[in-house]
Amino acid sequence: MTDTKYTIRGETGDWEVVVGLEVHAQVTSNAKLFSGAATAFGAEPNTQVSLVDAAMPGMLPVPNRECIRQAVRTGMAIDAQINKWSRFDRKNYFYADLPQGYQISQLYHPIVGEGAIDISLDDKNPDAAGKRIGVERIHVEQDAGKLMHDQHPTRSYVDLNRSGVALMEIVSKPDLASPAEAGAYLRKLRSILRYVGSCDGNMEEGSMRADVNVSVRKAGDELGTRTETKNVNSVRFVMAVVEQEAKRQIDVIESGGRIIQETRLYDPDRNETRSMRSKEDAHDYRYFPDPDLLPLELDDAFLEECRASLPELPDTKRRRYEALGITPYAAAVMTAEVEAARWFDALLDKGVAPVAAANWTTSELFGALNRTGKDIENSPVSPDQAAELLGLIADGTLSGTLAKQVFEIMLETGQRAAAIVEERGLKQTSDTGEIERVIAEVMAANEDKVADYRGGKDKLFGFFVGQTMKAMGGKANPGVVNDVLKKMLG
Amino acid sequence: MTELTDLGVAAIRDGVRAGTFSAREVAEGFIANVSKAKALNAFLVETPNHALAAADAADAARAAGETLKPLAGVPIGMKDLFCTKGVPTTAASLILEGFTPQYESTVSANLWDAGAGMLGKLNMDQFAMGSSNETSAFGNVISPWRRSDGGNAPLAPGGSSGGSSSAIAARLCPAATGTDTGGSIRQPAAFAGISGIKPTYGRCSRWGTIAFASSLDQAGPMARDVRDCAILLEAMSGFDSKDATSLDLPVPAWEAGLSGDLKGKRIGIPKEYRVDNMPAEIDALWQQGIDWLKDAGAEIVEVSLPHTKYALPAYYIIAPAEASSNLARYDGVRYGLRDLPEGAGLQDMYAATRADGFGDEVKRRIMIGTYVLSAGFYDAYFTQASKVRTLIARDFEQAWAKCDLLLTPTAPSSAFALGEKSADPIAMYLNDVFTVPSSLAGLPAMSVPGGLDGAGLPLGLQIIGKPLDEQGVLNAGLALEERAGFTARAEAWW
Repeated sequence: MTDTKYTIRGETGDWEVVVGLEVHAQVTSNAKLFSGAATAFGAEPNTQVSLVDAAMPGMLPVPNRECIRQAVRTGMAIDAQINKWSRFDRKNYFYADLPQGYQISQLYHPIVGEGAIDISLDDKNPDAAGKRIGVERIHVEQDAGKLMHDQHPTRSYVDLNRSGVALMEIVSKPDLASPAEAGAYLRKLRSILRYVGSCDGNMEEGSMRADVNVSVRKAGDELGTRTETKNVNSVRFVMAVVEQEAKRQIDVIESGGRIIQETRLYDPDRNETRSMRSKEDAHDYRYFPDPDLLPLELDDAFLEECRASLPELPDTKRRRYEALGITPYAAAVMTAEVEAARWFDALLDKGVAPVAAANWTTSELFGALNRTGKDIENSPVSPDQAAELLGLIADGTLSGTLAKQVFEIMLETGQRAAAIVEERGLKQTSDTGEIERVIAEVMAANEDKVADYRGGKDKLFGFFVGQTMKAMGGKANPGVVNDVLKKMLG
Repeated sequence: MTELTDLGVAAIRDGVRAGTFSAREVAEGFIANVSKAKALNAFLVETPNHALAAADAADAARAAGETLKPLAGVPIGMKDLFCTKGVPTTAASLILEGFTPQYESTVSANLWDAGAGMLGKLNMDQFAMGSSNETSAFGNVISPWRRSDGGNAPLAPGGSSGGSSSAIAARLCPAATGTDTGGSIRQPAAFAGISGIKPTYGRCSRWGTIAFASSLDQAGPMARDVRDCAILLEAMSGFDSKDATSLDLPVPAWEAGLSGDLKGKRIGIPKEYRVDNMPAEIDALWQQGIDWLKDAGAEIVEVSLPHTKYALPAYYIIAPAEASSNLARYDGVRYGLRDLPEGAGLQDMYAATRADGFGDEVKRRIMIGTYVLSAGFYDAYFTQASKVRTLIARDFEQAWAKCDLLLTPTAPSSAFALGEKSADPIAMYLNDVFTVPSSLAGLPAMSVPGGLDGAGLPLGLQIIGKPLDEQGVLNAGLALEERAGFTARAEAWW
């Protein structure tokens, strides 16, 4: 952690920010939480709706085991307590996108209890101190449908495709103290969910959204009154909400006002939060145990199956990479996204040298992907192809420069490295006789510089290396060139 | 010759199998009776074609030499709480007027699979909330029974399954489905001089049955005798993966297991059921029942169910609480009634639709339920009632250490006149005093006719059993039935 705590300078002094996030993550599952209806994004309105989702008379919810399994696996991934006994409650309120007139959720007995997520406060410097953010609980609940106000001049339409889709609500403790920490937490959580496979983390499609609880206080003071900004759908916006809302609260307090506990909305266009409703007109949700459902009881075999199915998680993987000698930075970069980590693991499986492979991947491959705007799932170079290229570097066939050339050709043509080397004669030469001959020519053409070098201008050594490599079309083994040059320049 | 419509389920089934008469003759007989009995207002929808199609299928199967299904040739009435595919289903409420389900409830589907046919949808108390059928939005059912004093005061058929009890007693159908949340099968059975059993909670799937109070609602059969109830219950019951509270157990062969011999059985008499102001006739019938069961070989023991007096208040907190939430889906958005006043917004539409669509008793229970679940009142009411429910279940568990079954009256009175109690909800709720405790505990319980009171009206006796012991309940019911020799029937006036 940086030494200076994040504070906001107000007229009356420095203010601390206290943030908690409630993240709603859509569970990756083919079917909804309590019905067999499909859950694909972007389907035509009301085409993924069962009788249960539309709350037809006499319809009953039946828990979908896969959704429960994903919630348990997620809990295990953040070292949380898994509650073998949990229960569903009804949260009652009327709205046109809520067909039952209640949401089935878990208020009193959530399926997952306390856990924690470790965040790094400086992505570029993984050695910087991290921070452990507490997770209060994870519960599963139904999503609501969607109102469409743009289909008719005077009427609203309802799309129930999302109605009943399973969500995990992941509630952090108020342990976050800056926009950066909130952003780091959200990114780390997203990474874990994607590793586990319990949520695709796609914030644009609404698979993940956050309610941002913010309050401010002077150092050492009690917690201030918080506001909750609902449904924030990107990491950037979450960070902006923390900053803007904290500043707004400080302004209010310093001008003699009082913060009221309320629900707010974020307007990204104006970068500000706006009041939605205050606690006074908040709903009384009349939570009570859902009498259509029995308590959820998980047996040891089920928990064991959940645990056994967990993949290696980002922190463990990063430590494993570091143990292989990979720099903390490269290890952090390669483990942040599950797809990159999977790609790199496949490369390691080919038996390549880890450090060289990590350096090549983070610089050459990621650079090329950035340049071409591709993500690693669509990488034009497979781990197998990359292993072949790295093998040619390792056995001296290719110099670094040649390897770059070969890689460019691989990207353009999709050919394999060995074939390119063969076809285009890009093999590196370590033939001392040939190198001596070329160096002699270079020295003959630059007698003045030879004299200068011998007169003490050591820096000219690089010039001779460059000229020699150029004359040899970059194919000379740089090590051999160095050795021979030193000998011949005397 | 006996009219075909005087036959019960077993007799019809056996007669059709034997070829004594055709299923079509039976169906036509009941269809004719239904069409002549409009004055009883027992049916909301008549479905003669459904009954005839099932009858013809039974006759064709017999002609082809096939083995007939368990209920082949038996036409029945279907309480309007069960969703029936293509047949309007309203739960006797205006809010569902015009609603025709595109699906079949599990219980009704089970019955059709067993070969039964449907004569129509039976009137009931709106959303099964009531004990007299006076809360139906489509006019109350009238009991076929009349007092022997010569007065013509129309009587309540009981509720909420009052269409079922009235139709069976009047020979409009040999049997019908009912549902029981706090006594809605047993009390109307008692009032109408027929039998009815509420099985253990979870025996009959609730899928496709319009919900009143989910943790209490159970379907069950109503018929003229114990055997017919056993036959129907076998067809209705069974595990259903679409209902998370359904019991994953095989369905016993209850009919085959029937025996009125109670040797070795201990019958408990709960002393707390001797309530104040109980009519002497009911007390006397209870004593008569005790003697009949002794005669059948049972041993009689006195037991105590100390929390009985809290059952009714707890029930009238839990049931409305669940109902207030279960009925939130009737909002005018997707089906049924929608009242959208000119220029109204969403909240106005909700208010107008629900104000117009729900009857007074339904509104009363939604308001009670909303209140007891509200912040600040939840612990005092809902939590407390849930604790009481646990204590009541424990009372029964402790009683089972001393006895196998319990014998009580079914209701504290015989049928009352329509209008007599409708102004006083508490007096109405007191009708459930003997039936509610076993509902709260999810136990199987049955009412069988015991005799007539001084006004010539039927009185029922209730048998309550251990969880899953429907067989014990049916057998004790049979022992009572064999000794009561109840043959009285309402004189046709309709």
